[in-house]
Amino acid sequence: MITEIPVLEKKEPQPEVLEAVVVRFVGDSGDGMQLTGTQFTDTSAMFGNDIATFPNYPSEIRAPQGSLYGVSGFQVHIGSIEISTPGDNVDLLVAMNPAALKTNLYSVKPGHTIIVDTDAFTKKNLEKAGYTANPLHDGSLANYKVIEVDMTSLTKEALKDIEGLDNSAITRSKNMFSLGMIYWMYNRSTEHTIDFINKKFKYKPHLIEANTKVLNAGFYYAETLELIPNSYTISPAKMPQGTYRIIMGNTATAWGLLAASEKSGLELFLGSYPITPATDILHELVKHKHFGVKAFQAEDEIAGITSAIGAAFAGDLAVTTTSGPGLALKGEAIGLAVMMELPLVIINVQRGGPSTGLPTKTEQSDLLQAMWGRNGESPVIVIAASTPANCFNYAYEAARLALEHMTPVILLTDGYIANGSAPWKIKTVAEMPPIRNHKITLASENAHPYGRDEQTLARSWAVPGTPGLEHRVGGLEKDIVSGNVSHVPENHQKMTDLRAEKVRRVQQNIPDQKVEFASEGDLLVVGWGGTYGALYSAVKQMKREGYTTIGLAHFNYINPLPANTGELLGRFKKILVCELNAGQFASILKIHYGKLAFDQFNKVQGLPFANDELIQEFKKHV
Amino acid sequence: MEPTAVPPYTFKDFASDQEVRWCPGCDDYVVLRAMQKALPEMNVRKEDVVFISGIGCSSRFPYYMDTYGMHSIHGRAPGVASGVKLANPALSVWVITGDGDSMAIGGNHLIHALRRNIDLNIVMFNNEIYGLTKGQFSPTSLLGQKTKSSPYGNTQPPFNPGELALGANARFFARIAGNSPKLISQVLVDAHKFKGTTLIEVLQNCVIFNDGCYDAITHKDVKEDKQIFLEHGKPMLFGKNREKGLVLRGLKLEVVTLGENGITEADILVHDANEKDPTLHGMLIRLEYPMATGVIRSFEDYTLEERENALTEQIKAKSSFTKTDDLFFSGETYEVK
Repeated sequence: MITEIPVLEKKEPQPEVLEAVVVRFVGDSGDGMQLTGTQFTDTSAMFGNDIATFPNYPSEIRAPQGSLYGVSGFQVHIGSIEISTPGDNVDLLVAMNPAALKTNLYSVKPGHTIIVDTDAFTKKNLEKAGYTANPLHDGSLANYKVIEVDMTSLTKEALKDIEGLDNSAITRSKNMFSLGMIYWMYNRSTEHTIDFINKKFKYKPHLIEANTKVLNAGFYYAETLELIPNSYTISPAKMPQGTYRIIMGNTATAWGLLAASEKSGLELFLGSYPITPATDILHELVKHKHFGVKAFQAEDEIAGITSAIGAAFAGDLAVTTTSGPGLALKGEAIGLAVMMELPLVIINVQRGGPSTGLPTKTEQSDLLQAMWGRNGESPVIVIAASTPANCFNYAYEAARLALEHMTPVILLTDGYIANGSAPWKIKTVAEMPPIRNHKITLASENAHPYGRDEQTLARSWAVPGTPGLEHRVGGLEKDIVSGNVSHVPENHQKMTDLRAEKVRRVQQNIPDQKVEFASEGDLLVVGWGGTYGALYSAVKQMKREGYTTIGLAHFNYINPLPANTGELLGRFKKILVCELNAGQFASILKIHYGKLAFDQFNKVQGLPFANDELIQEFKKHV
Repeated sequence: MEPTAVPPYTFKDFASDQEVRWCPGCDDYVVLRAMQKALPEMNVRKEDVVFISGIGCSSRFPYYMDTYGMHSIHGRAPGVASGVKLANPALSVWVITGDGDSMAIGGNHLIHALRRNIDLNIVMFNNEIYGLTKGQFSPTSLLGQKTKSSPYGNTQPPFNPGELALGANARFFARIAGNSPKLISQVLVDAHKFKGTTLIEVLQNCVIFNDGCYDAITHKDVKEDKQIFLEHGKPMLFGKNREKGLVLRGLKLEVVTLGENGITEADILVHDANEKDPTLHGMLIRLEYPMATGVIRSFEDYTLEERENALTEQIKAKSSFTKTDDLFFSGETYEVK
């Protein structure tokens, strides 16, 4: 029999109101910290908070229990104010074992709270974490509020009457205990998580009972625990009206492609090979066979893109997804798509490089590879998403530009925004901009495979199956008029110029660059891609501190740059280009605007920018 | 719309206006013409035919066909062709490749294409040499063969393309001499009819860098004695007067002569190309005398498209999603007022 589980909501005492809070859940990779984090996230989102999250997985799938390299984490930043990053330092750390404490203690703000499962602080686990003395007893945590909870024992106690649970099922549900505690501390209802548990274990009633019991046990425990002197709440944030959901960057990317497919009326083809951190896009798209999505897991990166090129030739909206090393492997085939002037979306979820580098960490160091990482003069459109939610918009935009300009588009995201999540005000396909394409039949005006759109210079798209337009494309240079193979020197010059001009003209089909906070002044902070949240909140803080002459220009369109870029840059006395690489976007700006001086702030640690380091840097320049 | 009949084509309808630029005397001309003659037999519209090639002499082939075509990059034609076919399964998709293109730089794509069994036809021009780069050894060059990159003799043992194909679970494999245009056309038509990935190895003479490499097998004076052209359901007989045949002795194929030692036609093996078990096909593929040609293996299996379509239909029938908005607004959403 399942007893009716009450939904718990706190009545007393009145909680202290906070603007924002950063919570990090850390434990063994099998401890369920990702789940705990997402539950807290979803519950807070439904409460109306603005949110940003970031998971932190080890490269190992299931590293040995209790080891330092097996620690997995999930960080969530919730606020009644606008939240643009998952946060740097944390207000609350939930550490399920000594290794988790050891590897994450650095991030806890002094004076703030740490919850630990004391049952996990055994001699063996302390040794595995490299502690010579128990940090809970040696005074090393004196600067923090440490809440010691014998969570494993309490979980076992809560479950002692439920039949059919083995030891591992019992231990696995202790994450619910910590979640229950956090719900009490931050004045959140358990309702959403109880719904979730009911759905997840629909056919395993004993697990529904076990998980909800432990969740509620944690909630009650926090309520009665004198160690938690007060609790907090974060009021709903002011966000534009509408229907929202929490979305991960990679999911948003996949959905942007789905929307583009529906809007353009073209079937979606994905050719892809698994690679961290891009694989989740493949995982998402393989689910959607009901929309006719053809997601093809190829034998390697090269077949991933070449199959997409085949699909593009045959008239599909064709996409390939990868990360840095995969982009390197795809280079020759991207050149082929440039030469054949076919629409193709290439998505690179950047990670730390070079070589295998730091697969689970973030970086922006593939920008120049995207720009120029091919043989010959082979310009492509390069754009970048800058938040988890706008991965949707830029995936859609990549498809739109590829189809409207008949040329490959590289979309850059990165591990940070791809795995991060944030509220997304849901877009309907109807409200997305139209997408036209250049398909022709024999009845079309100027019906020739090498006919061109006068405005964009896009080549016509005569797809196999169309009677009367049989033609051959390929990697050899083609005659500008007939499309036949041509080795004529003047023709090669013309075609080279044409391919470059075609990409240049994309400028007429993209919006002007915006500048935020100040339209002219002393310092322009320049960024691109996934660093937007960090740069935005740092510049905002500067403004709050009275620095009103700092602007932020954060770029999503990189090749070509928006038409007003030069004029905009010129309005500021100093320009500081901030990137998670050694200065790649700065080098592009220097090529285009050589007369301007560019200062750089670069970081290549596999980590995002921290707020403090940005503020410190900005202050050096004003 | 009622489908109209496929027009009565002749080989000329499939010849493009491009000047063919292979070396005079090259077997590639023979295959090109055999293909142009085979296509009108296939009951397929020319706008539905696509040739995808990689890089190498033979890979110029698509330019000479008045169909859709793509001269792609080195070794990657099977990937491109897979994408074309999956995007539009109504097309007749052909891969044109060589021994280097398909088994050196593109080896990975070849084996995975064969494993997946997408309805593609792969025509491999095997001349046992790199022609376009002017004479280096290839993955099928013989041990000891002197080439530009093996002046003292090749030390890398060769692949037998048929063995490689069987190892990759090929459902269809044919081998055919480059100087027998009619048989080439016949095998191409067979390959077209077969549902799944086919691999057709053409023993193609390179007049410049490896001239005569197949003379001992394909020369008109010896071909009937040195080759056995296999046909499904027919006894494995060869020789000018079809006086020789193959029998199985233990684990070996043996050549026998009718009338000698009491051998009659009833003792001769009958070719079963449709057999699932590839053991005998493998023995035929490895046979040096006589060299087995014709369709050696033709075992019908589900194609990848069929498996994918069945799954897609099943999922479509179950799904409540008809448009992406249904997905976007499904599950955990919340209102901000």
